[in-house]
Amino acid sequence: MSALDTTAGAARRPFQGRRTRLGDLLLQGTAGLAAAGAVVLVGLIAWKLVEGAKLSLSTFGLGFLSTVAWDPNPAHAKFGAAIFLYGTVVTSLGALVLATPLAIGIALFLSELAPRAIRAPVTALVETLAAIPSVVIGLWGIIVLAPVLADDVEPRLHSVLGFIPLFGPPGVGENLFAAIVVLTMMILPIVSSISRELFLGVPVELKEAALGLGTTRWEMVRGVVLPYARGGVAAAMILGLGRAVGEAVAVALVVGSGFGIDVNLFNPGNTIGATLANNYQGASSGLELSSLVYLALILLVFSLLVNVIAQLIVRRISRRQGVAAR
Amino acid sequence: MSSVDLSALQRPNDRLRRRRVVNRSMELLAWLTAAIAVAFLGVIVWSVARRGAGAVDLDLFTKPQVPYAPAGVEQGLANAFAGSLVIVGIAAAMALPFGILVAIYVNEFAPRAIRSGVSLVLDVLNGIPAIVVGFFVYGLIVVGHGQSGLAASFALAVLMLPLVARSTIEVLALVPASLREASLGLGVPRWRTTLAIVLPQTVGGIVTGTTLAVARIAGETAPLLVTSSLVTNGTSWNPLHALQTVPVAIFELTESYEPADHARAWAAALVLLLFVLFTSFAARWAATRSRRKLARTGR
Repeated sequence: MSALDTTAGAARRPFQGRRTRLGDLLLQGTAGLAAAGAVVLVGLIAWKLVEGAKLSLSTFGLGFLSTVAWDPNPAHAKFGAAIFLYGTVVTSLGALVLATPLAIGIALFLSELAPRAIRAPVTALVETLAAIPSVVIGLWGIIVLAPVLADDVEPRLHSVLGFIPLFGPPGVGENLFAAIVVLTMMILPIVSSISRELFLGVPVELKEAALGLGTTRWEMVRGVVLPYARGGVAAAMILGLGRAVGEAVAVALVVGSGFGIDVNLFNPGNTIGATLANNYQGASSGLELSSLVYLALILLVFSLLVNVIAQLIVRRISRRQGVAAR
Repeated sequence: MSSVDLSALQRPNDRLRRRRVVNRSMELLAWLTAAIAVAFLGVIVWSVARRGAGAVDLDLFTKPQVPYAPAGVEQGLANAFAGSLVIVGIAAAMALPFGILVAIYVNEFAPRAIRSGVSLVLDVLNGIPAIVVGFFVYGLIVVGHGQSGLAASFALAVLMLPLVARSTIEVLALVPASLREASLGLGVPRWRTTLAIVLPQTVGGIVTGTTLAVARIAGETAPLLVTSSLVTNGTSWNPLHALQTVPVAIFELTESYEPADHARAWAAALVLLLFVLFTSFAARWAATRSRRKLARTGR
């Protein structure tokens, strides 16, 4: 009985070996192909956008970036990105300026201050803010937020800070400032949750050493936590900036689709993302379509840069913290 | 003499008091920032609920949109709900196996260098703005074949892929090495160990990761605008044609001048928001539970 079994097993072994090797090869092959597919996908996205933008690239070249015009009239068609680049830079930087201190405050609260009972719920609530669809934020922004800003906030900002050209006389509710506020809410969760994780990664011994020297909690944060997490907070800000620059729909609804470069934040403007979202019904000419794809290509290049830089920073930090933990 | 002593004692006290005041105010500021973030969420959810609740009724789900409807014609957003179901469903069906395979490769097979390279690519893919993915699919599919639900599904699948892959990589990494070693040690081939021993351990994590990803892409608007927005009247389930979707309907109704359209935009926003919040809370809850379970088996 047992001898029979052994011989049967021995007879089957080569066959099983082949099947084993085949199965391994098959799984590793398909999984490897899928991984290669993900890499190829990024390349394909870049290639398709370059191809689509070719006509505009060859017509306008890099001058596209500094041309203040978007004139689809076939008689004198001329396209440039400067209006949208300006709006994108102003709204994203504005959102970053508002969101960063808020996010660091939230992250410090959640990592250092919050009582155990409310720590988890507040963390979940802040992250839920990121789950709200951008079109819902846009709808809320245009109907609820923009009138409040135009009636109550903007006149006050103008009367206090009116000497700065950015805070000119208030106009309509749909403007660059409304876009800044909406973007602030949208990037707040990502900046705060990355910062929170970094603050939690600060070695307890360092914090305790500072407190043991008699520092107050704030002095400990300023002297130990913030310097230790500085690079990571920079990475979180860069990722937040990337998110703000790429946002299309929410901004399209509140930014007002202005037609020029206006320094006053309380006037309508336009961003690259908003322009792309608003022109979905189609372009009037091949050159206009190609110029829209050129705009998308600018966003792609920017997002690639932002993410590679931020991820490299985050990786270096987590490696350092891994070493420190060991 | 005694007065000198007093002032010497007083100075450090003053400084200590100032330091305490600074500390207190900073703590207060941190509380305030957290309160502001929670208030943002509260205000949005509350205003959507207040404005949308009145307009959510059976007609919203059973009657399609009627463009340029004369007053008094009952209409809903049935066509948008149908389209969203079809497009998101197909997107999940495309991204799920793809993402799991990528994760298996990264966690089970890839050499170290390739592993970090692929996960960097996943992060980069995750960072590409949704509208850019929309224009990519526009150039890839829509230019030759016109808008369709399938094109929209593909765009959403591209957005979903890094989310599914990353969450699967995370749970695969939690599966204890001893389990793999035990299986391999018994002579079970690598592929069967992976598919029959390791992967079943992660089903809970994969389901929650996918649910979170679905919750995110269900509200995605930008890529749908360029891939599936020029729609015909009535409710359609055919993904070979452009389908109306909930986010695109909200976007269009928001830009309309009719107050009745705004009411339906709020109602659709409420339904979408409830769906997104419910699924992400449920997924998060399940995730912490299954993670705890995995950690226990690890011990």
